[in-house]
Amino acid sequence: MNAQVGIVLVSHSAEVAGAVAALAQGLAGGGATAPIAPAGGRPDGGLGTSSELIVGAAHEVDRGAGVALLVDLGSAVLTVKALLAEEDELPEGARLVDAPFVEGAVAALVTASAGGDLDAVVAAASEAYTYRKE
Amino acid sequence: MNEFDAAFVLRWLTIAAAAVEREADRLTELDSAIGDADHGANMKRGFAAVTDALEKEPPTTPGAVLAAAGRKLISTVGGASGPLYGTLLRRTGKSLGEAPSVTRQELAVALTAGVAAVAQLGGAQVGDKTMLDALVPATEGLGESFAAARDAAERGALATVPLQARKGRASYLGERSIGHQDPGATSSALLIAALAEAAAE
Repeated sequence: MNAQVGIVLVSHSAEVAGAVAALAQGLAGGGATAPIAPAGGRPDGGLGTSSELIVGAAHEVDRGAGVALLVDLGSAVLTVKALLAEEDELPEGARLVDAPFVEGAVAALVTASAGGDLDAVVAAASEAYTYRKE
Repeated sequence: MNEFDAAFVLRWLTIAAAAVEREADRLTELDSAIGDADHGANMKRGFAAVTDALEKEPPTTPGAVLAAAGRKLISTVGGASGPLYGTLLRRTGKSLGEAPSVTRQELAVALTAGVAAVAQLGGAQVGDKTMLDALVPATEGLGESFAAARDAAERGALATVPLQARKGRASYLGERSIGHQDPGATSSALLIAALAEAAAE
């Protein structure tokens, strides 16, 4: 089997990132899933975005098939964009995914766990926007 | 002084860090009105890390000093001002290339490229009540003189008071953002004032 796409969840809150990662793993079948890592809050535990945690998480889940980064708000979006513009911080094939955070994380992890490539993972996560709730 | 070297940029950033430290409470106060009340603390943490890193390992060209400072800001600020100011300094530094010294005109051209990168990253433009309201007029003023850049940035920051925010946390407030000076434009004016002070020394 080819290497699986890695997934990084970037939130302002360590609890949110960790809980959404656990939720996605639970809903993705319970067993072994594609690699997923939370990057939430600042290293000192406060609310915010840490490029160090993001870069660390991205390398942790990188298996050579690309890394999909899902983000929550404001500075999380801007920090990942700025890191991608740096070109040498994130693993090759790292991509910012425009998706709702929770729904996108589940869709991305299910797709990556099933062996989908980076394009398929990004598409599945973005498609979560089209699921209306009323 | 007509040529500006790495020592000049180091002096600029040291003066900027001192100004951010001195004005941190005021920045946070402005941010508590229309944001999440962390701009002063974030900027203080970021610029302290910048001066600390530059003191330990001072790069030898103006471009390299700015690029290193920008990377440090992205990794230490923790809020949206980190990637925004980080991109500003890094792209300005990259635009300067490896020249050992630059002219004010060259600095103005590079800063314009840095400001354009900030506008692209944040998707904002002049009038949205952001740091661009100080930075864009500052780059235009810098073509004339350092003092003109400082005055233009200060005027730009003051001019954000009657504006309604269209970007960032403040935009959620809608019309309630009117009547408050934008914290990002205010810290940008501090940065440009520090540049003018460094040039006057």
